[in-house]
Amino acid sequence: MTIGLSQYLIVAAILFTIGVLGIFVNRRNVIVILMSVELILLAVNINLVAFSVFLHDVVGQIFAMFVLTVAAAEAAVGLAILVTFFRWRGTIAVDDASVMKG
Amino acid sequence: MTFQNAAALARPELILVVAALALLVWGAFQGRVTALFTLAAVASLIAAAGAAVIGPQGRAFSGGLIVDSGAIFAKVVIYLTSAVAIPLGERWFARRGMGRFEYPILILLAALGMGMMVSAGDLISLYVSIELQSLALYILAAFHKDNEKSSEAGLKYFVLGALSSGILLYGASLVYGFAGSTRFEVIAAAMSHNAGLGALFGLVFVISGIAFKVSAAPFHMWTPDVYEGAPTPVVGFFAGAPKLAAMVLLARVLSQGFGDSVDKWRQILILMALLSVAVGAFAGLAQSNLKRLWAYSSIAGIGYALIGLAAGGVVGIQAMLINMTLYVVDVTGFFACLAALSRNGKPMETLADFAGLARERPALGLAMTVFSLSALGIPPMSGLWGKYYVFEAALKAGLAPVAVAALVGSVVAAFYYLRLIKVMWFDPSPGATDAPPAEASAVAYAAALFGFPVVLFALMALDPLAHTAAVALSLH
Repeated sequence: MTIGLSQYLIVAAILFTIGVLGIFVNRRNVIVILMSVELILLAVNINLVAFSVFLHDVVGQIFAMFVLTVAAAEAAVGLAILVTFFRWRGTIAVDDASVMKG
Repeated sequence: MTFQNAAALARPELILVVAALALLVWGAFQGRVTALFTLAAVASLIAAAGAAVIGPQGRAFSGGLIVDSGAIFAKVVIYLTSAVAIPLGERWFARRGMGRFEYPILILLAALGMGMMVSAGDLISLYVSIELQSLALYILAAFHKDNEKSSEAGLKYFVLGALSSGILLYGASLVYGFAGSTRFEVIAAAMSHNAGLGALFGLVFVISGIAFKVSAAPFHMWTPDVYEGAPTPVVGFFAGAPKLAAMVLLARVLSQGFGDSVDKWRQILILMALLSVAVGAFAGLAQSNLKRLWAYSSIAGIGYALIGLAAGGVVGIQAMLINMTLYVVDVTGFFACLAALSRNGKPMETLADFAGLARERPALGLAMTVFSLSALGIPPMSGLWGKYYVFEAALKAGLAPVAVAALVGSVVAAFYYLRLIKVMWFDPSPGATDAPPAEASAVAYAAALFGFPVVLFALMALDPLAHTAAVALSLH
């Protein structure tokens, strides 16, 4: 069996779904949400690089570089916000982020 | 295209980049905010708006940056409303003993991201510019570190914003793969040859991601919590300009990248528009916190703008641009009122806090009445004109049932706007309010005057400008 484009796309789609479910189903920990976001972005990178190879077009790999860079910045901002949140609540449980409702 | 030409096209953005970096160094050495510092930030935004007006038009960086009348129109509105947000928020934070030099810089970076969004001609520049403005806005939402709600708002905004960026990006990767390019014009050419199902599948993800950013239903759930928790002047900022930027970006993607598939994406937009109007009208009925109420009001407002976009063509995009521009002024003014008002040092946010306001602070009460009537769409306030253009475009595109459904939504929403006016004018006041600060009330009065009567004259200029912008945006 040869590994073609569709195999890469399926892996990426599975990773993407796991990432999205990780955000919605996870009720425990905000760090897990950050990990799920990373999973989504890495699924996208698999897509981009696979397409780039099969299209013989380098733009997809350049795009992947941008995604990696932005993902690092995003994680930094997310963790910084999480620290200010933790200072107030002393917890990073998802269910505790519920002062505002309605 | 020489490098000089490309740099000339990107001049407004270059001004903002240089200003943001220079101010960061200045602020780091000085360690506190001075009037000169704030002035420099405001001046750089006004300079960027001026550079956008007088600058050349064209494409640069392999089509990644498009400067046309549509981009220029949006940039002027975005940079000027960002310039208003700087003194408004800076004084607000200073009064709470937490004036920090990062605030103007974050506004500058967000404005830079928005300016790039409206000029994006490529999926890469689209993604990077959206992230630039989003990351700045996440920090701004959590900027009030001494407030429990603010950090929760920042966290919620970040988590859902990151999810929406991921969805948008997944869609972008599919569009790239199936259309074979990241540039909108090449995507359009590929779509006209064979309407690839994969690329359309990707487009649905891209639309969903942008719908998160403009808080269109069913992707609106973060909006009320974030608006309630984030610092008031910051809410005034991110309820306005970023939504205009994202709508212009959506218009460009749809008309320049997927113009031939109009009948496929139109249904999605109509569905989102009607859901937004319904959610904004019905969920708003149950709100007693004004920031939450205006969150639902803004969800409904985005619904009307989406109807304009769904109508498509020059008329539809023009209607969307006028609607969003008038909305941006209204919402800035409304949150300036909220930022101006406090009682015994505590911010006034619930409906009960506003009882009797019109007798106690007639000017601010009148301004808030103007904003409520305008959001409701009472003639001759500015909100009416925004809706008028949208409904006209919808009728011309044969979307009469959609326009009627949206009208029913605004009749339902009339209840909460009129309730606010009734509470302000006829209920007894629970106590004296503090003297409103000069800069917030000035912004509120200016926006209220724009809401009526200045809008009647402004429309004479806005109409042809938005028309030219819409022509440029719908070219493909």
